[in-house]
Amino acid sequence: MPDSISRDTIDLEKIDRTFVDEIVDAGADRIRTCIQCGTCSSVCPSGRRTAFRTRALIRKALLGLKEEVLSSPDLWLCATCLTCLERCPRQIKVTDAIIIMRNMAVKEGFMLPEHRSTSMKLLETGHAVPINDANREKRASLGLDEVPPTVHSHKDALDDLQTIMKRTGFKTLIEGQEAEK
Amino acid sequence: MTETQTYSFFLGCVMPNRFPNIEKSIRVVLPKIGIELEELEGASCCPAPGVIRSFSEPTWLAIASRNLALAEKAGHDIITGCNGCYGTFKEALLEVREHPDRLKEVQKVFKGLGLKYKAKAEAKHLIEVIYDIGIEELKKKVTRPLTGLKVGVHYGCHLLKPSKNRPWKQTERHTFLDELVELTGAESVQYKDKFMCCGAGGGVRGSNVPVSNDIAIEKMDNMIDVGMDCVLNVCSFCHLQFEVAQAQINKELGEKKYQMPVIYYTQLLGLAMGLESEELGLHQHMIKTQPMLDKIPE
Repeated sequence: MPDSISRDTIDLEKIDRTFVDEIVDAGADRIRTCIQCGTCSSVCPSGRRTAFRTRALIRKALLGLKEEVLSSPDLWLCATCLTCLERCPRQIKVTDAIIIMRNMAVKEGFMLPEHRSTSMKLLETGHAVPINDANREKRASLGLDEVPPTVHSHKDALDDLQTIMKRTGFKTLIEGQEAEK
Repeated sequence: MTETQTYSFFLGCVMPNRFPNIEKSIRVVLPKIGIELEELEGASCCPAPGVIRSFSEPTWLAIASRNLALAEKAGHDIITGCNGCYGTFKEALLEVREHPDRLKEVQKVFKGLGLKYKAKAEAKHLIEVIYDIGIEELKKKVTRPLTGLKVGVHYGCHLLKPSKNRPWKQTERHTFLDELVELTGAESVQYKDKFMCCGAGGGVRGSNVPVSNDIAIEKMDNMIDVGMDCVLNVCSFCHLQFEVAQAQINKELGEKKYQMPVIYYTQLLGLAMGLESEELGLHQHMIKTQPMLDKIPE
């Protein structure tokens, strides 16, 4: 059967017309100038080995498919290498747009468990990758201070940092979701 | 040599807490070429530009600004050895300088914490500061040329991009790191996709290990194809990526197929300056560095 053209209908209720405005307001101001040339997809190191297509992501964003974009795990395949942003012939800040959409996704509750765990470490210790026993030993054997002179060595500095994370809403954002789970 | 410059040394997370051997090599080598490091007491995670910035941009901006405020208080510019931290500081500075309302927003978050912030201190990557010394000046420090060593240079991403907010003359096909490698007597060997990402950033390392490893291993394969003796980097996260990805893939394969030593620039420069390998932390690598060290003429 020559019935090879598949048809994909987008329901009107899936379209959020304010979605692009939100992305533009947050800083990816040239996103509407996208001509779907595909340069972004062609230079993407993640796209080279997965089904992630930056061009499709931008197209969906422009169409206003907010829910589909924000809930997609593909949003998290970008390694933020910035090659697409650098090469875009329309000078769209593609990586910025992705980061903006990720911020929206997290706000809506779409966050990968590994990322929540990294955030918890930052909240608790002030480091996304905190010190451990093996590395304390390594440091000492190299003649370095066993604990680095960062928030790890300064309780008052960690207190300040935690106050900042409370004030920006990060604590609620991460722990609030943890509590809901 | 020109006069000594002093910087606030920003450590970040991965370097002090996972690869202190790199930190050690930086602390040993930089003062010997006229760069003094002052501790940035109480600094935190930068925070990571692809991870924390992806979750809450205002939190990322506030924490980055706090670290910059600490340097401002110390009266120095920040120096970092991590492309991620470098990217965070460059972008955070640009954001508050271009948008005064964002600076006010940060200052409001700092209220009562004794933090003054005017976005006055600059952020520099140590490779930028080293390059500024000049190739000829640096050559004078070389006492043990690393002749015959084939080095695969990996620049990483945030060191170079976005090019509009970086100090380099070119936007693509950079050569400064190759020049810095070759002044040691080693050869920077060209390989396929030299400027490709290591695969660690953007939260990919944390949440999707197979994809992350696949990117790193593609780079390793490209280097193996041209007979590289080591991969050279200037970023603690790229460094982690190449070390960990090789170890993880070897485990999956059940054989030690990937044995490419992963070297940080100050380790290479230190070797050429005649320093002992242990002083540069070269004995603490996940992928053994001995095969590479054996190729260096005495």
